[in-house]
Amino acid sequence: MSQNILVFIEQRAGQIRKSSLEALSEARRQAKTTSSQIQAVVIGANIKPLAAQLHKYKPNKIVLIDGEAYANYSTEGYTQALAEAIKKENPAYVFAAHTSMAKDLMPRVATRLDAPLASDVVELKNEAGKILAVRPMYSGKVYGTVEFTSPQAFLTLRPNRFEASESTNGGDVAQEDFAPAQANIRAKVVETHAATGQKIELSEAPIIVSGGRGIKGPENWAMLQELCDVLGAALGASRAVVDAGWIDHGHQVGQTGKTVSPQLYIACGISGAIQHLAGMSSSKVIVAINKDADAPIFKSATYGLVGDVFEIVPKVTEELRKLNLGS
Amino acid sequence: MKIAVCIKAVPDTETKIKVAADNKNIDFADVRFITSPYDEFAIEEALKLKEKLGGETTVFSLGGLEAAEVLRDALARGMDNAVHLKDESFVNLDPLSVGKALAAAIKDGGFDAVFCGQQGVGGDNSQVPAILAELLALPQATLVVKLEITDSKFRAEREIEGAHEFVEGTLPAVFSAQKGLNEPRYPSIKGVMAARRKEIATKDAQALGLAGKIGKDNCKMIIREVTPPPARPQGRLIEGDADTQAKTLVELLRNEAQVI
Ligand SMILES: Cc1cc2nc3c(=O)[nH]c(=O)nc-3n(C[C@H](O)[C@H](O)[C@H](O)COP(=O)(O)OP(=O)(O)OC[C@H]3O[C@@H](n4cnc5c(N)ncnc54)[C@H](O)[C@@H]3O)c2cc1C
Ligand SMILES: Nc1ncnc2c1ncn2[C@@H]1O[C@H](COP(=O)(O)O)[C@@H](O)[C@H]1O
Repeated sequence: MSQNILVFIEQRAGQIRKSSLEALSEARRQAKTTSSQIQAVVIGANIKPLAAQLHKYKPNKIVLIDGEAYANYSTEGYTQALAEAIKKENPAYVFAAHTSMAKDLMPRVATRLDAPLASDVVELKNEAGKILAVRPMYSGKVYGTVEFTSPQAFLTLRPNRFEASESTNGGDVAQEDFAPAQANIRAKVVETHAATGQKIELSEAPIIVSGGRGIKGPENWAMLQELCDVLGAALGASRAVVDAGWIDHGHQVGQTGKTVSPQLYIACGISGAIQHLAGMSSSKVIVAINKDADAPIFKSATYGLVGDVFEIVPKVTEELRKLNLGS
Repeated sequence: MKIAVCIKAVPDTETKIKVAADNKNIDFADVRFITSPYDEFAIEEALKLKEKLGGETTVFSLGGLEAAEVLRDALARGMDNAVHLKDESFVNLDPLSVGKALAAAIKDGGFDAVFCGQQGVGGDNSQVPAILAELLALPQATLVVKLEITDSKFRAEREIEGAHEFVEGTLPAVFSAQKGLNEPRYPSIKGVMAARRKEIATKDAQALGLAGKIGKDNCKMIIREVTPPPARPQGRLIEGDADTQAKTLVELLRNEAQVI
């Protein structure tokens, strides 16, 4: 039986999502152990220029589904297109990044093909060519190892957990245009409004600086934003300050917010409630700045700084400036 | 308007989660169950829609005794009818099987809108709403933070990475609620009293036409093992005055952790 892996590459406005490249790179790493073929499928309008970028990741084949009908995302249009591409290629596994598009699309495609889906996967295990998926459950309080009993299975991979890496080896990359039948579309995206302020998307940011009730008021975001700017970080928040209306819910990290997995997470004035930890405990390095030495956040912190955020944060920003990180 | 809402009973988010002795599940011994937080938004949206457009609301939950409890709570909040999907074979199901059972219960009900939460906390799958929409052959809008319904048409605002997008479509449709959609109400005393007298209908695999088709042995995905999360490396406190702390931190991030 083939162990081929098809990877759905998500693009918006002609930009490939970094987490899709992570999924593609991971597919190639898995393929190395089972000598299988990798297909990368992109859906959109005027997406041909994206192929060059994908070539560098050395899939065996790039399938482009290009057409005006895909200019705006629609669940039904993309489901039909992706499901047909999967039927044609008949891979053993389908990978995608675990994003808001994937949450909308992948379960629907998997169901059309009567296949199971393991979502938000953080680690893959390979057992005699069979892929097992490790995924956090109960907001990361336990991890489940999932086994598939069907010939085809879908996996969505958590952003920032798998490394995106270009490849120089591997053979030729085939490229193909594919035109699936048109779907009956009853609901589609009509407009997209970029969120104001946030330059880097939280779930994909390599560094996150988060603020909680300890920052005292919305006027003090500026202090954290300065730290974000020197680090090239995204700004996160606890639920307490989102509920208080200090910042938009799009910034919330935790059980009822975003799950993030950055290289570095700096929690400023956040107590570390279990629901907040749920969203960030898989970060590689956690820094906690809190004036209460008994705050639960210190139990999860790689580096803990007991003290006043208003004293420490500006000094950290100043020290970082000396490093000239951006240049 | 006929409105369906699917809710899942999940361990209270404060619960200490422990791995069960067989390493295949969590230990449910001391777990207190609540309605999954996102499902409260789904219930609230259904109640608001009914208040505005009139109609009837029905809440569905698949599970054991804990499902009956959250259904009772939904009735107390003002839902009209409750259906409990209950069968010996309905344990440890994968999301696809849960979707199949819910779809079987919902499909002939003539519903104009089906509401779910965007994620059942615990399993954390974020799958059932889209599975349900596919099986019911309906359009969908997931992760909805704002919804307008007029004349069998909807406009939904979704939260996506770094942006909000607006989806327009026609009813009937399936929606999944994201935090921000509304402020869920609590059950009133009157509601609690009234709910006590209401009947919760039950449907087993037979009644759903699924006898022998759903169950552990029909799942395409099984949890082989549940383990505690990987231990975080021992952390350390950075002492000194603010100046020293800041300098030490930056030095450690740069040279020890190598993350900047
Ligand atoms: C169902 C449910 C879901 C939830 N989902 C989430 C979620 O997704 N995300 C989330 O974050 N929470 C969530 N919560 C809420 C969570 O339980 C906490 O209430 C919340 O995380 C607390 O936010 P906080 O740490 O900002 O505030 P607090 O707990 O009030 O902590 C503030 C901290 O700031 C410190 N501090 C104060 N002043 C200073 C200073 N000058 N310098 C340094 N430190 C200072 C204090 O010592 C304290 O530790 C959820 C709760 C429930 C019940
Ligand atoms: N056992 C269940 N009974 C009823 N609804 C469910 C059940 N499981 C999931 N759902 C619905 O599907 C949503 C998403 O769940 P999940 O896909 O498990 O993350 C939940 O918020 C519920 O609305």
